[in-house]
Amino acid sequence: MIDTKPFYQISSPGFFTQACLTIATLLLVACSGQESSESDMGKQLQIQLLNAKPGDVIKIPEGRFEFQRSLSLRVDGVTIQGAGMDKTILSFANQLSGAEGMLVTANDFTIEDLAIEDTKGDALKINEGKNIIVRRIRTEWTNGPDTNNGAYGIYPVQTENTLIEESVAIGASDAGIYVGQSRNVIVRNNRVEFNVAGIEIENTVGADVYNNLATNNTGGILVFNMPDLALEGMRSRVFRNQVVANNTANFGKPGTAVAGVPAGSGVVINSNDLVEIFDNDMKHNKTAHILISSLYSTNYSDRESVSNFDPFPETISIHDNRYEGGGDRPDTEYLAALKQAVFGDEKSFPNIIWDGFINPEKAVDNMLPPELQICVYNEVATSVFNIDAPNGFANPRLETDQHQCRHAPLPAVELATASI
Amino acid sequence: MRGIFIILLIFLAGCEQPGVIFHETRNPDALSEWGLMQIKQGELQLDLEVTPYSLNSPLFSDYTHKLRTVWMPAGKSAIANEDGSIHFPQGTIFSKTFFYPIQGGRFIKTTDLGTWFRPALGPGGGLDLSESHLLETRLLVKRSGGWYALPYLWNETQTEAHLEVTGAILPVTLQNPRVTADLTFNYIVPDRNQCAGCHATEYATRAIKLIGPTTQNLDLEFTYRGVSTNQLDHWQASGLLKMTSPPAREAMFDWRNKGLSFTRRARSYLHINCAHCHSKTGPADTSGLYLDLATENSVHLGICKLPIAAGQGTGGHRYSIRPGHPDESILVYRMKSLDLGAMMPEFGRATVHQEGVALVSHWIASLRGSCDRTATPM
Repeated sequence: MIDTKPFYQISSPGFFTQACLTIATLLLVACSGQESSESDMGKQLQIQLLNAKPGDVIKIPEGRFEFQRSLSLRVDGVTIQGAGMDKTILSFANQLSGAEGMLVTANDFTIEDLAIEDTKGDALKINEGKNIIVRRIRTEWTNGPDTNNGAYGIYPVQTENTLIEESVAIGASDAGIYVGQSRNVIVRNNRVEFNVAGIEIENTVGADVYNNLATNNTGGILVFNMPDLALEGMRSRVFRNQVVANNTANFGKPGTAVAGVPAGSGVVINSNDLVEIFDNDMKHNKTAHILISSLYSTNYSDRESVSNFDPFPETISIHDNRYEGGGDRPDTEYLAALKQAVFGDEKSFPNIIWDGFINPEKAVDNMLPPELQICVYNEVATSVFNIDAPNGFANPRLETDQHQCRHAPLPAVELATASI
Repeated sequence: MRGIFIILLIFLAGCEQPGVIFHETRNPDALSEWGLMQIKQGELQLDLEVTPYSLNSPLFSDYTHKLRTVWMPAGKSAIANEDGSIHFPQGTIFSKTFFYPIQGGRFIKTTDLGTWFRPALGPGGGLDLSESHLLETRLLVKRSGGWYALPYLWNETQTEAHLEVTGAILPVTLQNPRVTADLTFNYIVPDRNQCAGCHATEYATRAIKLIGPTTQNLDLEFTYRGVSTNQLDHWQASGLLKMTSPPAREAMFDWRNKGLSFTRRARSYLHINCAHCHSKTGPADTSGLYLDLATENSVHLGICKLPIAAGQGTGGHRYSIRPGHPDESILVYRMKSLDLGAMMPEFGRATVHQEGVALVSHWIASLRGSCDRTATPM
């Protein structure tokens, strides 16, 4: 049951920066002509992006390149290739203009093997596009967690057929990898660290999130739905991930959705339906390994505009996960008080915590019918801790019987992208 | 006979007026190759075929003044639709020249409440370069494949503008006659993609469209070469514009018009400054915030609306617009911000538009209602 792979070593905060520094130093020594300012390399890349034609492969050599303005691409069928996420570094530390490092509005787009650092806003934003591949990209705010860091690292929104793999996202003040309002998405083999949310899947239909390492974030992996948007998300599978010690204090800007995520959250489902969480290794997430909540229990509870929105998480399946530690020091006063009251000093929160909101119109005997339930099976403990938020935490309780159910497994996401 | 007449015309034009030249495929390096305007006797002079115009509600661009012109091929007209949008014929060339007034060699910051943004063309129709410094001229050219954006940057000696597809960063200091402190910032000339960032108002097609010229926004008096006429009348009389139905004869679109309600003024301001992205079909439809005049749904307009992906842009606030509380509204926070990750618009300004912030703040202060109705489902 206990996985002993040394995550802390490969994910220690200093490691990446050190590696980069070493490589950068080597580069400077080896080829001192590589250091570049916006005037030459920046302009050259900008011109290549402006004049790109479908089928073009734009190669960016090894080196550290400074940009003062956002880069943008609006042509379909273009590939951008660097020499490696530690070798080709696009730095926006001195950015003067633009809300992101690179903005892409194009179909059939592939970006590989480079890093985007220290953007003032988002690092890589892909707004509307089909067949998107983000591979071995690193987005990082090199100063570490900071509320003033840009919001998102890798940020596809309103996309279809999107693959994000083998990438690294560090230090985003919202989400390291954020997939919004998209269809058909695979997020795999990535490492996300020191973000408020490691990976966030929001208002997205059909997402497979697997083989990722989410560690040292405030919350590891989030599956959310937000109101007033054109697409309501469902059908996400979160599996075979390492979700480890996501205990970084929340540094999100107040008012954002993630600012309400308690530090120490492993996987969080909010207002989303048809979510399957299985075969993950969850360790040392101090609030709880899995949190399931409704929009009503976030800091967004008081609103009048939810009329067309389904705020209730339904048909959730949790099975075959492995757990170690965690739940021992919940963030936020009310959760800490709840743990103290119900479990005392010695015992920890159970693995799965639920706010207890259900749709009264669908409830049977004050419970969700089996087809909408949170089902838990093949786990060390198959009970769910219901904190009874709808009644002001009056009757927090461990529930077991109603969760002894199974939903049909969700289908795997298949991307209609040729080069996968 | 007709052929000879045309040849004669071209010959005559060659002597005095070079005339406008529409380039279907080539992107000339020099702005003068389009023949729209030339520098002569210390003035920027427009070709006689070119029509300058102004807008009721212009986009804010760091207190620059803008000289706008339109040209259409002989015999062609634009057609106005009932909703105020205008279809322009192939061959149409729009130009927009950005400049600052100067005094003693220094750029001057002016308020745009008043007539400042109407271009100060002299009686001869020229822009006096002893009083103005030209920054850039942006062209929107309607070719067979659709609108095409071309940014031209004026040289320091103010003799020519050259195509600069990558845009530029121009350090600018504005002297503010009312305040002792100068305003120093980096004025950004957009690259060609960034032109589309605003002008591709329908994201599905990504086609470049016009933003300013609608019948509502063109419906105002404009003085040129000593003659003052309503622009819609003038455009119709000169054959530039055909209208299927008569336009409303009210300046319903001028956010500076103090005779209008705060709601009308603020909505007009938001429409022209935000709705090219913030509409149901624009690039910012991802936010669910639609600021075009046609939006009626209060949540989509921002009232008690939660942010989606605002990041630092929330400023710690919960709602885009909290009625009665401009200082607790994300909308105002982002208009006031100069942080690249928070400011709105994301692009095209490096200063705060104080007058716009004041207007939108007044409007939000005048709104009634509360966002704090607690929803308790159980």
